[in-house]
Amino acid sequence: MPKPPEQPTTSITCTINGQSVTMDIDPAWRLLDLLRDHLGLTGAKEGCGEGECGACTVRIDGLPANSCLVLAVQAHGRDIDTVESLDPESLDHLHGSGATQCGACTPGVVMTADWIRNNPETLEHDTIRSLMAGNLCRCTGYDGIIDGVRLSIERDANTGAKPCAS
Amino acid sequence: MLRIEGLAKLTGAERYVDDEPIGDALWGMTVRSNAARGVIRSIEFDPAVDWSGFTIVTPDDLPGPNAVHHIECDQPILAATETRHIGEALVLLAHEDRDTLRDAVRRVRVKIDPLPPALDFREPPTAEQVQRGRDNVFTELCIDKGDVDAAFEGAAHIVEGVYETGAQEHLYIEPQGMIAWVDDAGVVCCKGSMQCPYYVVAALTHALERTPDRVRVIQTPTGGGFGGKEDYPSVLALHAALLAMKANRPVRIIYDRDEDMLATTKRHPCLTRHRTAVDANGKLLAQDIDVVMDGGAYLTLSPVVLSRGIIHGAGPYACPNVRIRGRAVLTNTTPFGAFRGFGAPQTHFANERHMDAVAGAIGMDPVEIRRINIIRDGDSTATGQVINDGTDRVAILDSAIERSRYHDLLREHESFNATSPDKRRGVGLAFFHHGAGFTGAGEVYLSSIVHVVGRPDGSVEVRAASTEMGQGKETVFTQIVSSRLGIDPARMTIATPDSARVPDSGPTVASRTTMVVGRLLERACDDLRTIIGAENAQGDALHTAISRWCESNPGAEPVGQAQYQPPPGVHWDDKTYKGDAYGTYTWAAYIADIEIDLRTFTASVRAFTAVQEVGAVVNPTLASGQVQGGVVQAIGWALMEDCLWQDGAMANSQLTNYIIPTSDDVPHIDVVFVENPYEYGGKGSKGLGELPMDGPAPAIANAISNALRLDANRIPLTPERIFSLINNAQTA
Repeated sequence: MPKPPEQPTTSITCTINGQSVTMDIDPAWRLLDLLRDHLGLTGAKEGCGEGECGACTVRIDGLPANSCLVLAVQAHGRDIDTVESLDPESLDHLHGSGATQCGACTPGVVMTADWIRNNPETLEHDTIRSLMAGNLCRCTGYDGIIDGVRLSIERDANTGAKPCAS
Repeated sequence: MLRIEGLAKLTGAERYVDDEPIGDALWGMTVRSNAARGVIRSIEFDPAVDWSGFTIVTPDDLPGPNAVHHIECDQPILAATETRHIGEALVLLAHEDRDTLRDAVRRVRVKIDPLPPALDFREPPTAEQVQRGRDNVFTELCIDKGDVDAAFEGAAHIVEGVYETGAQEHLYIEPQGMIAWVDDAGVVCCKGSMQCPYYVVAALTHALERTPDRVRVIQTPTGGGFGGKEDYPSVLALHAALLAMKANRPVRIIYDRDEDMLATTKRHPCLTRHRTAVDANGKLLAQDIDVVMDGGAYLTLSPVVLSRGIIHGAGPYACPNVRIRGRAVLTNTTPFGAFRGFGAPQTHFANERHMDAVAGAIGMDPVEIRRINIIRDGDSTATGQVINDGTDRVAILDSAIERSRYHDLLREHESFNATSPDKRRGVGLAFFHHGAGFTGAGEVYLSSIVHVVGRPDGSVEVRAASTEMGQGKETVFTQIVSSRLGIDPARMTIATPDSARVPDSGPTVASRTTMVVGRLLERACDDLRTIIGAENAQGDALHTAISRWCESNPGAEPVGQAQYQPPPGVHWDDKTYKGDAYGTYTWAAYIADIEIDLRTFTASVRAFTAVQEVGAVVNPTLASGQVQGGVVQAIGWALMEDCLWQDGAMANSQLTNYIIPTSDDVPHIDVVFVENPYEYGGKGSKGLGELPMDGPAPAIANAISNALRLDANRIPLTPERIFSLINNAQTA
């Protein structure tokens, strides 16, 4: 549990990576601050602090969101999933395709990539490239990321495997 | 081999500097100048703030010279009497609470009496704007080959052109950050995101007047560098260290994105003039080139950026008469610094645009003019370096032409453009080269050292200061050492770059790590074998030999060492700028296929082909990733990344309005490697990291020029610029 803040507090209850937690928080905290500074979940990164780069992407009730643009109080009653919740084995295709280089964007990329993989029907009207556009990467040129997502979806389709729960 | 640290990065387990536990560290922040140039009149601390809880460092607190050690020591750690650019550091503050600190920074009121700033590097300064020498020129360099003036006499064609490239922000996704503390033995320690730990050591020893054993620098996993973490971490480490020394507590400085973009270096803006003489067949007779780069407020690395820029200025062509003049000039702008390519992308942009201009002026095919002028073995570069590497450069060009369907595309686009009401398509080419490793005598001067060390349990540890910043050093070093020693990669480790434990293998820059440091590792492996008396041992036999050596030498460990020696026959004269500027070069032909929407004036890349010779490819996935990432970074520079300057400060220092490519802005980048192993590079490699930054911008500008039948000579080619190009042509 985080240290209770000295500032005015409010209490929230939410589910983080499958565990229900209730805690006192400073209403000024962003969800990213709560995760990184108070829960030790440092996977999500602060790349810009204004919702442009996507390095802080987590999932709120299953949907990717920039945790730098969400107040921690808004997490009340929600399901929050961070990169720490993923099964490392589900990342094999991204590993093999060269989806990560410096790694600073990677946890955010992975959260969006995993959402696409779990919602392949969205590719009927969108491309992987357009769906990944909210996650800036300065190293890979994106081919390694796009290939990894495509390969993981193809594998799921070919094996009939249910995508890894996350 | 898969990326060694790949899974740690994918799962979010990798710990960057901002992920380090805060512990009892204070936060550090910087009070900055608000004037482009002026005399610092006063710095007032708002009396409404209780300053007793703050650590405050001013220039009066400096224990030694107020200078950041780069090439010269002209940049102050904190401006004391005069400021030379907006965003320059003046005062440092530290406090336990980051929000309190943010507020306090705004309550330090800086009063500056303005002086006339020099803001346009393209114009000579007025007398009032002069701040260095007589003309604000930091450095001036010249390359002379043959007799240029005589060659222009009677040439069949003379073609002139002016080309301009803008600043570029590195935009590593991890902002700059540093933690400093003084350990129990009184050693000043800095840990953070950086490319060059020993540059930081040099900065600390110089400014703090300490011997190297009284400072310690540790690299944390670095979330992208691209040159942006070559020189600036020296500044940041000094700031953090000064605060930590005064507070007697650890201090942590992590820049927000806007502070990072405002305060740190960018790619040098550059203006290049070409005047070229060709004969009736398009053969180059003379190239007369003038290069001016904006150095910003302090010298930092500008002389060496300019040097690499002009050395690449005449391109990979054989021309008997070449004159290249280069100047880097002072302006009251945030200092420009190292950025992937290091001056070469700027001059290649000019040269490759100009090759198309020459071809157009004499009615020649852009492919053909390059084909007949490309350096063949036995020809010499502008510095007189005779190229004899056995690479078939013309075949690289032809391969790119064929693979991209260049000539088919030209035909298809012609009919498309004739019928499309609102789209124009074009295709463009660039042929270019990149010198691998430090320029001239640079590698000899560095004299890099690596250690490959045997451990008592028989395992092997690699000790080098080379850093991982995404390019794959951990993986490539593991490949090189495990294959040289014939051991399982699981039985070896790569030491964290920590100046207390690893020797100086040189900075992680200049596409030198796999090639130069990798080769040193191979030699150090051989040295280790000699020391333990196991010349031919592999695998378990080698591990056993290491363990036995340790048993017979209690308390010692076998240290295989190698120090850089230049390849035989490499000579460079820094005074005349003649000779072998680099031990070897990589060569490439890139083709861009673009489309312009005439309703929005937006250009986009439809397809991109990158064919290059880079020696032997050590790791295909990592190598392709370097090319694809470099190409996309260069697409950004060519089409969208526009640093907007207001009084010498970046006005759009936010990701909201400084635009870099997303996945949806770029196509698949088709990468082809032509392999020609280089004897003096690790596993036969040549430097690769920077090459892909050189070619895309001219290929794209050539494609846009081709599509619009206009000369797109200035990047970035934003929609506004393309609109102006078309509009000016229509009103002309």
